[in-house]
Amino acid sequence: MVWGASPTLTAGAAPTRAVPSAVGAEPVVRAARFALAHVPHLVVAGSKPRRELAAQGQGLWYKLQASLRNFEAAVAYPPHQVMLGNLAPEALWDCPRPWHRAPVAGARPEGPAGVLVGEATLHTWLVRGDAAKLVSLAEDYAVELSARLAGARVATANAAGLKAALAVGGEPLAGPAGRVLGVVAPGHEADESLTGAVILENLVAKVTGALALRRLLDEVCPAEPVEFLLGSGEEAVGDRYQRGGGNLAKAIGELAGLRGAGGVDLKAFCAGPVHALIMAGALVRSGLYRRVIVVGGGSLAKLGMKSLGHLAAGYPILEDVLVGMAVDVVADDGRSPRLRLDSAATLRLGDGDAPHQVAMALTVAPLKRLGWRLSDVDRFAVELHDPDVTEPAGSGNVPAHNYRIIAALAAQAGEIDRGGMAAFERAHGLPGFSPTQGHIASAVPYLPHAIAGLTDGSLRRVQLIAKGSLFLGRMTTMGDGASVVLERNAR
Amino acid sequence: MDLEEQGAIQRLVEQGDRDRMVVLLGTPTAGSTMMVALTLTEGDPSYAGPLAGVPLGLPVYHVFEDQVKAAIPPDVYEREIGPMSFVLDAPAIVAAMERARHQTPPS
Amino acid sequence: MLDFKGKLVLALGERDGIPASSILTCAESAGGQVVYNVTQCFV
Repeated sequence: MVWGASPTLTAGAAPTRAVPSAVGAEPVVRAARFALAHVPHLVVAGSKPRRELAAQGQGLWYKLQASLRNFEAAVAYPPHQVMLGNLAPEALWDCPRPWHRAPVAGARPEGPAGVLVGEATLHTWLVRGDAAKLVSLAEDYAVELSARLAGARVATANAAGLKAALAVGGEPLAGPAGRVLGVVAPGHEADESLTGAVILENLVAKVTGALALRRLLDEVCPAEPVEFLLGSGEEAVGDRYQRGGGNLAKAIGELAGLRGAGGVDLKAFCAGPVHALIMAGALVRSGLYRRVIVVGGGSLAKLGMKSLGHLAAGYPILEDVLVGMAVDVVADDGRSPRLRLDSAATLRLGDGDAPHQVAMALTVAPLKRLGWRLSDVDRFAVELHDPDVTEPAGSGNVPAHNYRIIAALAAQAGEIDRGGMAAFERAHGLPGFSPTQGHIASAVPYLPHAIAGLTDGSLRRVQLIAKGSLFLGRMTTMGDGASVVLERNAR
Repeated sequence: MDLEEQGAIQRLVEQGDRDRMVVLLGTPTAGSTMMVALTLTEGDPSYAGPLAGVPLGLPVYHVFEDQVKAAIPPDVYEREIGPMSFVLDAPAIVAAMERARHQTPPS
Repeated sequence: MLDFKGKLVLALGERDGIPASSILTCAESAGGQVVYNVTQCFV
């Protein structure tokens, strides 16, 4: 890829900003792209593995190492092929589970919906994205990466230097067989919000978001200016005085080589991306901007979250992939699916947080307002977590659980009878296929397929439904959620 | 139930008025219900957490149980619990609670 | 007969089951006092 060899920042003047129109056009969702980074050796840096390794020690480390997948296995993994757009999600219904035992023959690491890169590429981009010069690489590894780095400068260290850096709070960049490929230094020696681990976590979010954005910009109307970026990830970027200051969106845009766009972050746990889509639509509808891209980076903390369950089930470590996303929201182009802002719903104060109350507020109520029944929606895109990842850890099949509740409400509304619930779930639902990357898994993985189905295919309406676990931050016992319908463009 | 949570509950029980305490669960499956119920009565069955071998002996109930339903105003129960008892496998969950209550301690 | 009046309730909820906020509402409406509440989220 040509863009992989160019420096991070473009030189030259920012493009002239188009004058905003007084009245905007209806917003459409034109494209979505994902960047998957296969990082098996960073699994040990995930939150759960980190804590379990501290408690259980070397024995667990060896078991994890022995269960890591190689790049080819990650590429051929059917759910990843769905993420890349090479396989329809519905193809997984008939694919025997567990899916890692049915690798896709001839699988490619890229497709119409994005790209899957390996660790060396991710490390290269960590260096490119290292604005504060906190990353140093092992001397020998820097030599291995030199072709990819293509002149980008990086600090290097010998074994003694790496050891010294680790001793003062550096976060290791782990490689195969315990090799230390590099170190991420803390951003400040006395700031808990800038530890080496936090810097690495935020850097991978920045990099994976930028990779997805770059993919989108390269493939979709590259000459059309991007005016605004809406970040929607769950990372916290800041320092001790402002732990969640944010606006990683602008850093993502900068790394992707963009000029002339503004940005903000929208924070809503896993519901961030769908809230951001609604906001992006509203910005376009208002006429303030004509092209807004919703971005989000991957979650390092969630790597290996269910690894103990996978080890017990004899599965490989399936949570070895970071995912970044970029979604293009523009003024009506006469073809792309319309973002029906009149169908937008959020979980409001007082709506309640039990699953049926949430489904009522986010699914039933907005459809009812428009005179639609649940059966008038061809597909509901809910939290699409891969059940092969969640079930061995005892967390159930998350999308199936959501579809059961929607079907129950359809039965309660008299649209179907109780005996018809299973058929409804199968016809209007989807198998889960997304890596368990929190906000990334929430409805948006279906977007490339929804856009294809709503343009070239036969879909008429798709409802995106996302939920956020606000209670985890301990500031409320409430949950949150957002939903919106995409509809085939009448023109 | 994770280890940190076991610790928090243990401290609460040891420092508080334990005779008035009762646990109310909202777990979604028979398996998870059994695990949590046993941990809070007999002690952590996986023997991994602070409550390993520590019988707290707390009374534990699940919101789907008839005796819990009977104690809560019907309109509140219908609004908060509603159809979830048939979306989830309520009979299996209630059966798991019964088994946890009658479980004999390991020798 | 189970009676929540005067009881100290520990509400252990799950996002995909019944969340703590619902258990809390039920317990308090029955006269209980919730002294501990947590909602587990596994994704």
